[in-house]
Amino acid sequence: MEEILKLLEQDARLSPEEIAALTGKDVEEVKRIIKECEEKKIIRRYKAVIDWEKAGKERVFAFIDIKVIPSRDVGFDEIAKRIYRFPEVHSVYLVSGRSDLKIVVEGKDLKEVALFVANKLATIEGVTSTETHFLLKKYKDDREIFVEEKPNKRLAVSP
Amino acid sequence: MKISKIIKAIPPSGIRKFFDLASQMEDIISLGVGEPDFPTPWHIREAGIYALENGNTTYTSNWGILELREAISEHIFKLYKILYDPEGEILITTGSSEALDLAIRATIEPGDEVVIHQPSYVSYLPCVILAGGVPKILPTYPEEEFKINPQRLKEMITPRTKAIILNYPNNPTGAIMDRDTLLEIAEIVDKYDLIVISDEIYDRLVYDGEFTSFASLPNMKERTILINGFSKAYAMTGWRLGYAAGNREIIEAMMKIHQYTMLCAPTVAQLAALEALNLEEEVEKMRDSYNQRRRFFYQGLKEIGFDVVEPKGAFYIFPSIKKFGLSSEEFAERLLREKRVVVIPGSVFGECGEGFIRCTYASSLSDLKEALRRMGEFVSSLTPSPVLKEYGSNP
Repeated sequence: MEEILKLLEQDARLSPEEIAALTGKDVEEVKRIIKECEEKKIIRRYKAVIDWEKAGKERVFAFIDIKVIPSRDVGFDEIAKRIYRFPEVHSVYLVSGRSDLKIVVEGKDLKEVALFVANKLATIEGVTSTETHFLLKKYKDDREIFVEEKPNKRLAVSP
Repeated sequence: MKISKIIKAIPPSGIRKFFDLASQMEDIISLGVGEPDFPTPWHIREAGIYALENGNTTYTSNWGILELREAISEHIFKLYKILYDPEGEILITTGSSEALDLAIRATIEPGDEVVIHQPSYVSYLPCVILAGGVPKILPTYPEEEFKINPQRLKEMITPRTKAIILNYPNNPTGAIMDRDTLLEIAEIVDKYDLIVISDEIYDRLVYDGEFTSFASLPNMKERTILINGFSKAYAMTGWRLGYAAGNREIIEAMMKIHQYTMLCAPTVAQLAALEALNLEEEVEKMRDSYNQRRRFFYQGLKEIGFDVVEPKGAFYIFPSIKKFGLSSEEFAERLLREKRVVVIPGSVFGECGEGFIRCTYASSLSDLKEALRRMGEFVSSLTPSPVLKEYGSNP
């Protein structure tokens, strides 16, 4: 199962036939494993990794460190839930270190993100502080290197 | 200008022509390379950069850095339980190519016969000729999975036979040898007092079955010159770093040539290699990835109608093209001109390689898919469809 998941993580468009050929497994078995993983939500969904900058679409991302004071009724999970329900929020992580939650927020410009933080995040009960880091340049994401590197070409023919 | 007779006696490389042809063409997919498609793992590159920053830019000992020889000794012992003394039984060379040349020059005298199994890597024959030796060709066959047949080997031995060059896992066939057959060869080696030059550069790339290092067989350590390097397992082809391990007297003799012709292997590469030996996980990751592509391409070739022996090691596959009615050179040239896919004609690897082509599956999955599609189109343009053939045979 792990080998199939790793292949799909790298290229979600691989067909069961191709995966079967790559892993030496039976096509039916591959289909069964994938279906099982989908049903158990081990595979959450399939997506494409897109370079939006190259597509000419400006999108603003910010990483926001949030400190919270959890209370008896309102724990980390409750606060996280109130945050992740906003569609602007891409990711929410509970982390160790100086802040408690680390989230990724998307907006159409700086102002939109800043206002979201001021109006929606900072006002949530239990949130004591926020620190916003705007993303300036994406070098690598999801194991994909986004900056153009001059590829080293192998010779077409060698012994 | 007068060129020496011995150089004139060496046939020009058959690969050169394809290189020239391919480099004039656009949009080609090359399955014609003899190297990994991974760049050197970053940890190793980083160690090389650090060596440069640190100013490790001077010569090293002729033998190579002691620390690296110690690490190689440990590495070989861990894998194959053969114990080589880092002081005197291991020599670091500029690529395993140099080690091969040194091994032959240090042991072969003019007129000595050297058995070379074919199809095999293109350098063995010229190196033997350059040393004044007489190459004796032992063909291997797809019916025997391109393994050496000990009986036929035995029949070739004459009083002048001095050495055998072994290369398993094999370039270009991807064949490996099983331990029992190697034991039979070892018996012959013992009986006729031969030297074995064992090029084990693909030892870490075995997918099916166990690899046996020839020197690990009973009594074979003293008779074997083990040749290996960092190019294939660690994706370090351009660093040019290899080594030889063996009998103290032979290694000493090889060192003598090396100190006058090469002085020492590149220092930065030696220091990077030291890091490489700590990266077993990377080797396994790359091997798993080659293995996936091996299965994929082997199955793909069968589906488009090739007769092919399943390769067990290295990253080559060696399908037969006999049924398509072209020579391997014609096949490769037309496939390149008509479909822009580079493969190497099997004839380059010896006469018995005629009727085969070598494809490297160390290429991206998308390239392999596209290559299969183009090769499928090409071969169906050569033969009537299987259905037609079936009915066509009826009167």
